[in-house]
Amino acid sequence: MNIQLNGKEQQLPKEVVTVEDLLHFFELNNRIVIVEINRDILQKEQYQTHVLKESDRVELIHFVGGG
Amino acid sequence: MLTIANRTFRSRLLLGTGKYPSFEIQKKAVEVSESEILTFAVRRMNIFEKSQPNFLEQLDLKRYTLLPNTAGAKTAEEAVRIAKLAKASGLCDMIKVEVIGCDKSLLPDPIETLRASEQLLEEGFIVLPYTSDDVVLAKRLEQLGVHAIMPGASPIGSGKGIINPLNLQFIIEQSNVPVIVDAGIGSPKDTAYAMELGADGVLLNTAVSNASDPVKMAQAMKLAIEAGRLGYEAGRIIEKNYGVASSPIAGMIPS
Repeated sequence: MNIQLNGKEQQLPKEVVTVEDLLHFFELNNRIVIVEINRDILQKEQYQTHVLKESDRVELIHFVGGG
Repeated sequence: MLTIANRTFRSRLLLGTGKYPSFEIQKKAVEVSESEILTFAVRRMNIFEKSQPNFLEQLDLKRYTLLPNTAGAKTAEEAVRIAKLAKASGLCDMIKVEVIGCDKSLLPDPIETLRASEQLLEEGFIVLPYTSDDVVLAKRLEQLGVHAIMPGASPIGSGKGIINPLNLQFIIEQSNVPVIVDAGIGSPKDTAYAMELGADGVLLNTAVSNASDPVKMAQAMKLAIEAGRLGYEAGRIIEKNYGVASSPIAGMIPS
């Protein structure tokens, strides 16, 4: 499956089905991360159940230093 | 004590977290500043590069209140989107509304700031708009119900200090919500001046993070906040044009 991840085309292996899988794949499951898919923000409770679809536009967001 | 919405803070210094030379220096600077409110920006993760350390993830989040900003937004809609993303972290419900209207001066767009503040209040955020030092705009924002007004001293990161103290004074005098002077602070004298004018707090970043010794400057800013606040509460003397002797006239020793 191909998705748009943070603005880039990303091919995902078959075992990545849910958002939780995606975070695991990128080793982000223990990080502070916010997930937006096709402009909808996901709540943490949805990570396990939300299934990714072909061409989804996924944004993985976090906090960085700023004023 | 600084009270914003229903939260109280011992420190009146709000510290930005951008542009420090290293995490170690930043941690020390945050520590000695005694700030309890730290600002952050909301950005895409750099997932395509090797995992990079993240300052926020190294903080004891129980000790600090996070104040994410909407930096990068040029419209109200963009600011609302960023604010909602920040809130979805589950770590914060305060937002610094920052909608830039001029790429060169980085001055805020007053109309978009007002619109964003209105929408975010409806969404239940604790809203702290970064605004220009316009007195009427500050009043209009307060009428919307924002929880603090954050007028700039001068352009972001410029270090020019307070260029319009009269406007800030007008805003402080009329305001029924906390006024936090945000942006443009260059040195401790600017911070002390803002507090002497009666500001409830100061938000700064570059003045500390880009100082030659950020840790020492963080301490200087903490002291400037305290000195300025005490000076304001103590009530300064009235300025006069001519000298008034401090020593008694009576009992002078004749020549």
